[in-house]
Amino acid sequence: MAQLTCQDLSLGYEGREILGHLSFSVQAGDYLCIVGENGSGKTTLMKTILGLHAPLRGQIITGDGLKQNEIGYLPQQTPVQRDFPASVREIVLSGCQGRCGLRPFYTRAEKRLAADNMEKLGLSPLAGRCYRELSGGQQQRVLLARALCATQKLLLLDEPVSGLDPKVTAELYQLIADLNARDGITVIMISHDISAALRYASHILHIGDRVFFGARDEYPKSGLFRPKGA
Amino acid sequence: MFAKLLLYLQYPFVQYALIVGTLIALCSSLLGVTLVLKRFSFIGDGLSHVAFGAMAAASVLRLSDSMALVLPVTVLCAVLLLRAGQNTRIQGDASIAILSVGALAIGYLLMHLYPVSSNVSGDVCSTLFGSTSILTLTRGEVWACVILSVLSIAAFALFYHKIFAVTFDESFARATGTDARLYNLVIAVMIAVMIVLAMNLVGSLLISALVIFPALSAMRLFRSFRAVTICSACLSVCCTLCGMLTAVAASTPVGATIVAVDMAAFALFCAAGALRDA
Ligand SMILES: Nc1ncnc2c1ncn2[C@@H]1O[C@H](COP(=O)(O)OP(=O)(O)OP(=O)(O)O)[C@@H](O)[C@H]1O
Ligand SMILES: [Mg+2]
Repeated sequence: MAQLTCQDLSLGYEGREILGHLSFSVQAGDYLCIVGENGSGKTTLMKTILGLHAPLRGQIITGDGLKQNEIGYLPQQTPVQRDFPASVREIVLSGCQGRCGLRPFYTRAEKRLAADNMEKLGLSPLAGRCYRELSGGQQQRVLLARALCATQKLLLLDEPVSGLDPKVTAELYQLIADLNARDGITVIMISHDISAALRYASHILHIGDRVFFGARDEYPKSGLFRPKGA
Repeated sequence: MFAKLLLYLQYPFVQYALIVGTLIALCSSLLGVTLVLKRFSFIGDGLSHVAFGAMAAASVLRLSDSMALVLPVTVLCAVLLLRAGQNTRIQGDASIAILSVGALAIGYLLMHLYPVSSNVSGDVCSTLFGSTSILTLTRGEVWACVILSVLSIAAFALFYHKIFAVTFDESFARATGTDARLYNLVIAVMIAVMIVLAMNLVGSLLISALVIFPALSAMRLFRSFRAVTICSACLSVCCTLCGMLTAVAASTPVGATIVAVDMAAFALFCAAGALRDA
């Protein structure tokens, strides 16, 4: 059974539809890239999958025993206030909150997980720093480490590389590909970087006036994909 | 003046007042950080006016134990306001404003129409500004305050990580399976309890100061949630004790004195923060 199935989904705000009749499914271990123009509804789709936003019609079915607290999420923009005092360590650790349930404190294993994820993303030297005093790219990595703490199964990333330098971008793509290949975490990523999408993803979902969903190799044949310069 | 202070400290009602004051200060400052960061300062203010209205109703009804009415009413309003705030921002703001001025007006009207004593403006003033109510608590009220504040502090300690998660990024918390609604409810109830308690200490108009100043002061100097929480708790307890002792020794109104000390500390912390950044 698929890990995530969207059936005839219509998305929109206050009854105004921005995207209709969307159907696709994601198997465990897939790497799905969602592409499309600005304003086509990618973020809205992700929020709907996460249950932050109600669909107008249609339904989302989770399978393989996927629970809400096994999903990791990297938002496109975090509405963190400018003056919020929070250290990097506190934020990364808060990614483990979903698995705590009613338990009030973090276990030693969860603290280790947070430390490991900070290490993976090169955040260990920044652990005690204040989040709001970091650069945009560093903040992005903190939020990614938090997302990694939240999941063993499904990772939803909304433009994870925006604002990162080319070196960190390449490392991040590699890291996500590793998580997908080695740890078997399903990845759903929104990106404007089509060449990277074609390189790393197993499936592509293109949304907009015309919708495409299929394996990566089918995408160039769909006519929606225009290589640069063409 | 020092001898006078020592003399006063022998009296049990002064000792009770100090204990209760410390606990209330602790409660309010712990929640204050969340209140400020969640942009709920306004809710705190609105709720304190609701508590004033309920207090007026309780005294008109000549209830022997006013807290029995004030607490449930305030908790209920806190829950309702939170609901309203979740739907849309603007409506939430407006409903707080309506509730807050409405409760203030009705409370004053009630006290005027059915005066309990001959000195109506004195009664109103003591409910609004606390004046000496912390020194005139009955034994039962002291126990109620102690139990409620200890419960609040324990709840805060137990829910600390969850409160951080829903305060820092509520949508992430919700998306990854934290029951944000439940914890928002917990926060709202704790705020309501804290406000009813703090009314005894500083009166309903000055509660916001008690809640906001320590948190804002701590945020000038510290950069992590834990440090800010601890610092604001310590600061609030110190300022409250200072303020109460000064008030007792110099016979000034307790609430206003505490707030004045809080303000002085805030100025000090601002200066320290500016010095450090320079
Ligand atoms: N809170 C909202 N209320 C009403 N309309 C909204 C809201 N958020 C987004 N929209 C509208 O929904 C449409 C899709 O927005 P969405 O954020 O999903 O786009 P996107 O594909 O993620 O774009 P981008 O590439 O810029 O991130 C846009 O036309 C936007 O104006
Ligand atoms: Mg988007």
